[in-house]
Amino acid sequence: MTEFDYKTCTGCSLLCEDILFPDEDSISHAKNLCRKGLAHYQALFVERTGPLIEGKEASIDQAIEKGAEILRNASAPVIYGWSNCTLEAQMAGLALAEKIGAFVDDPSSHCEGRLMEMLLSGRIPSCTLDDVRHFADTAIFWGSDPSSTQPRHLSRFSYFPRGSKRQKSYEEERTCIVVDVRESSTAKLCPTTTYRVPPGEDLQFLEALLAVLDGKIPKFGDKKRMIELGSIIKKTEYGVIFPGPGMLISLQDKMDRFEDLLRRLNEITTFKVLPVTEQYNSRGFGQLLFERTGRTKAVKFSPSGEAAAGPTLVEAAKEADAILVLGADPLLDLPAGLARAFAAAPLIVIDPRRSLTADLAQVVIPAAISGLEGGGTALRTDGVKISFEPLMKSEQPTDEQILTRIMEAI
Amino acid sequence: MVSAMEIYMLLPKTNCKKCGVPTCMAFAVGLLGREKKLEECTPLFEEKKYEAKLAKLKEIVAPLESATETGLIIHPEKCFGCGNCVIACPVNVAAEPTRCGAGLGPEGDRVILRVEDGVVVANNLEECKRFGPNRVLCNACTATCPSKAIEFV
Repeated sequence: MTEFDYKTCTGCSLLCEDILFPDEDSISHAKNLCRKGLAHYQALFVERTGPLIEGKEASIDQAIEKGAEILRNASAPVIYGWSNCTLEAQMAGLALAEKIGAFVDDPSSHCEGRLMEMLLSGRIPSCTLDDVRHFADTAIFWGSDPSSTQPRHLSRFSYFPRGSKRQKSYEEERTCIVVDVRESSTAKLCPTTTYRVPPGEDLQFLEALLAVLDGKIPKFGDKKRMIELGSIIKKTEYGVIFPGPGMLISLQDKMDRFEDLLRRLNEITTFKVLPVTEQYNSRGFGQLLFERTGRTKAVKFSPSGEAAAGPTLVEAAKEADAILVLGADPLLDLPAGLARAFAAAPLIVIDPRRSLTADLAQVVIPAAISGLEGGGTALRTDGVKISFEPLMKSEQPTDEQILTRIMEAI
Repeated sequence: MVSAMEIYMLLPKTNCKKCGVPTCMAFAVGLLGREKKLEECTPLFEEKKYEAKLAKLKEIVAPLESATETGLIIHPEKCFGCGNCVIACPVNVAAEPTRCGAGLGPEGDRVILRVEDGVVVANNLEECKRFGPNRVLCNACTATCPSKAIEFV
């Protein structure tokens, strides 16, 4: 136990546990909080929603009752969002989905979802971020820019800190490699080991890397630099690849080749994979759904509560006659066609703040911001369970309480 | 950041020694190290033909005045609080080996750099390796900044 009262930040999936607030009930002079986390905390005081039914103010009980009524009468409901909720809320939400026979999906499904499925089913090896800090000497950021997704990734785990086996850290022992379409902020830290790949050509890069590892001449990019990369990898003792959306979207359904690459890398040395996820509990939802259904995305529950591989989100949204959105803003994030399908269906939004989706929703139920006003547990990007206490007291019900009340009302 | 050469190009280049140093180049270096003041170059202010150069000089040396004793300049608008400098700074690690050394944010007040309200702030500059006459030109914090939010003059 230390004398300091550390708080956990839910601004990104790194869930930093070393945040200090010198003043009670105020976020000013917050120590160790990055700018992304600060913005997340500052949002506490702006654009909060109130309970609304078709744009008119209502009481929270009426809003919950109306939401439950829409879901009760729906024949093809969809529950979307999830990744900005605590594990407890996700469990309550999944119980609700089972009860009403809903289709569930989350924003990461077209991105990290596929990788998460490979990772959870054990097809590709993974490790925790603490292992990265203690043992890793090569970190490859492929299509990811942790400087913007998880600002403290490099300083807390992957490049700068000292670990039990890596006492000399970034100065001598660690190598940071960036493979990206642009010169990202992370790439600026390691200009000599940055590999620029034209958009959509990550597969060619992967094939070239496989060729280099087999001692052949690569047919892609600067041959000399590719061979250099090969020799860095061969000297590695413990490597970690951090794939991001850039790589996953570029590889599309060619993820098998990524699996082949990892198999080949693990023949040479130890190589692990850790996805760089954005929303704070997106790993939590993936893992929870996987444990329950064997899939990490797009699951359709039958009215009797059995899970099956669902249709795509596009089909589900077009057929939906009620969409429950929690902890996400799909109208803002999703492609226009899909957003239009969302907007056409009756929307029920559980969100602490005003958003584009909440503006168009039929029913808005305000919730407490998890991590700030509500406690709970969440899974960090590497699957480590982290529980947190609320920063301040609030009257607002948490996502979990709202979902439980909706379930009771149905 | 401005270089000594850029300052030299705007000086009279007469090596008149009125400022107390032998050459204008030495004066430019002194100006950059904040050991000399622009006012010490009297011809620059007295002679009319240097007016345009003087205006330009005043403009480029203005940022130097906001620098701290060690020459550290922080641009808070560029910083995103990643904390790379906090973890990389050797003085920070020596002050809190179990925290800064292990990637966690510092908790005490003995560190030089720390992240507060989302941006980096500097304290205890007398502990910095660049402080005082026997300084070492350490650049751990500036070299590890991905957005060039901190720099030394």
